Amino acid sequence: MTITAKHIETAAYEIMKKAAIDIPDDYLTGIEAMADTESGDLSAFVLSAMLDNYRAATEDRRPMCADTGLPRYYVKVGDKARMDSMVALEAALRKATADATHDVPLRPNRVHPLWRTEHNNNLGINSPEVEWSFEPDADWIDITTVHKGGLFGTDYRMLFPGDGIDGIKRFLLDTLIAFGKRGLACQPAIVGVGIGGSKDTCMQLGKQAACLRVVGDRNPDPEIAKLEHEFKELGNSIGMGAMGFVGSSMVVDCHIEVGYTHTGGMPVSVHTFCLSSRRATARIHGDGTITYRTDPKWFTPYMRREGIS
Amino acid sequence: MTTAPTRKTHHLTIPVKASDIAMLKPGDIVYLEGVVYTAREGVYDRVLEKQQPLPAFDQSGTDLSAISNVNFHCSPAAAPSEDGNYKIGGVTATASFRFSKWMERWLDLTDTKIVIGKGGMPKEDYTNILAPRGAVYLTTVGYGTGALLGRGVTSVKNVFWLDDLGIAQAMWMFNVKAFGPFIVDSDIAGNSLFAEHNAAIAENISALYDGLKPPALSRYGETDNRKDEVM
Ligand code: SF4
Repeated sequence: MTITAKHIETAAYEIMKKAAIDIPDDYLTGIEAMADTESGDLSAFVLSAMLDNYRAATEDRRPMCADTGLPRYYVKVGDKARMDSMVALEAALRKATADATHDVPLRPNRVHPLWRTEHNNNLGINSPEVEWSFEPDADWIDITTVHKGGLFGTDYRMLFPGDGIDGIKRFLLDTLIAFGKRGLACQPAIVGVGIGGSKDTCMQLGKQAACLRVVGDRNPDPEIAKLEHEFKELGNSIGMGAMGFVGSSMVVDCHIEVGYTHTGGMPVSVHTFCLSSRRATARIHGDGTITYRTDPKWFTPYMRREGIS
Repeated sequence: MTTAPTRKTHHLTIPVKASDIAMLKPGDIVYLEGVVYTAREGVYDRVLEKQQPLPAFDQSGTDLSAISNVNFHCSPAAAPSEDGNYKIGGVTATASFRFSKWMERWLDLTDTKIVIGKGGMPKEDYTNILAPRGAVYLTTVGYGTGALLGRGVTSVKNVFWLDDLGIAQAMWMFNVKAFGPFIVDSDIAGNSLFAEHNAAIAENISALYDGLKPPALSRYGETDNRKDEVM
């Protein structure tokens, strides 16, 4: 059986809704744990208000945050999945975006960067973004949507091999402090750090590390996993909590993704996925059934090209 | 810190009275009932830069401040519904510092007494602009409390300039009830909660960098002289 554009549209519409309304369990559990240990009383108040907010969103079926971010998609196609037309798949994603924008409703955030023209449907030139990857031996198509808001909390720097881990820590601290003040980054955040690749892949890796891995997930390289833990502790030792009030709740978790890079450089990017860390995934199986989850499972061993010569 | 562990909570009716405002202290919690209006760059540009009049709020020409003296820096997730009204999903504030340059003229024009938004404004604005006019700044919480605030909006009373400015920039008037929570950032003495907390946190910051070796290439931001070379 082939997967049709209609399957894709149904799945994409549903994940748009789920992402906007229901906070993923892994993030929720992470915030609950932080609310228990936060000693800064204003920061603790903010966390408890956020927990109320997640409940209200789910009960009322309304978006948890009115800034519904820039809705976009990540598509993973099983090598054995059959679909008539990839162009039809992209068209279905666009239609689902426009329909969900009206029905949920999502805020029509997308505008032309220069003329500020908007179509009230979150569509436009190069939007929504669709990123593609493949998976061996599978007959399904996974579609993940991420609604990442936040004009703040992301930065890029070209570091050099001599800067080492200290250089990355320095950059991480600079970014968290700069954007953490007054809570511009809407922390506590899932922090994604991209290291290596070329400049654009470095940004992409960091973004995907923040948005497509769940709280508690560790990088398969044990040394990198240790760094993830260390960076998380570093962020939480700044003395800053939610909304930039005195406290310790800055980083819910830290995820690092790496890519081979130019021998002379070490590009690094930092991304923060905010208090409305919205993602949802649908799997359209080969027989046309659809299942939903909140873990994108984007970074598979094949995705990281582990053990591939 | 001026903030006590248990938060003092105020339920205020709009238009808010000077005596209500006088009670608010940085770190207190506020819930509102009545009408709030939204205004962001599209509205300020139209009224203050292009000198166009405020909309006619009703047939008898009532002043804005008699209906609402609460300015909310927000653009809602809203969509027209079949009954000709609007469905409001989530409501979240937008960063206020961008509107700071318009606040003085806007407060004088509208007699607004409460400004609500995300992240506060510079402390000098509180001292020089808000406090002398008996106005205070409340911040939304989180800042992602869009569902809680959306619940507090009972209906859309009116929307102005929707066709010209679009959903995000239009001037919305919301009927609200148990609308909050908001945290008081500035009081009528011009104190700022954010400024206090920033100062407390700043004491610890340089220690965080102790022991980290200097970067191979320095960059603007670590020096504030743009004539310096980064090498
Ligand atoms: S950063 Fe996130 S939580 Fe904050 S306003 Fe934007 S979308 Fe909402």
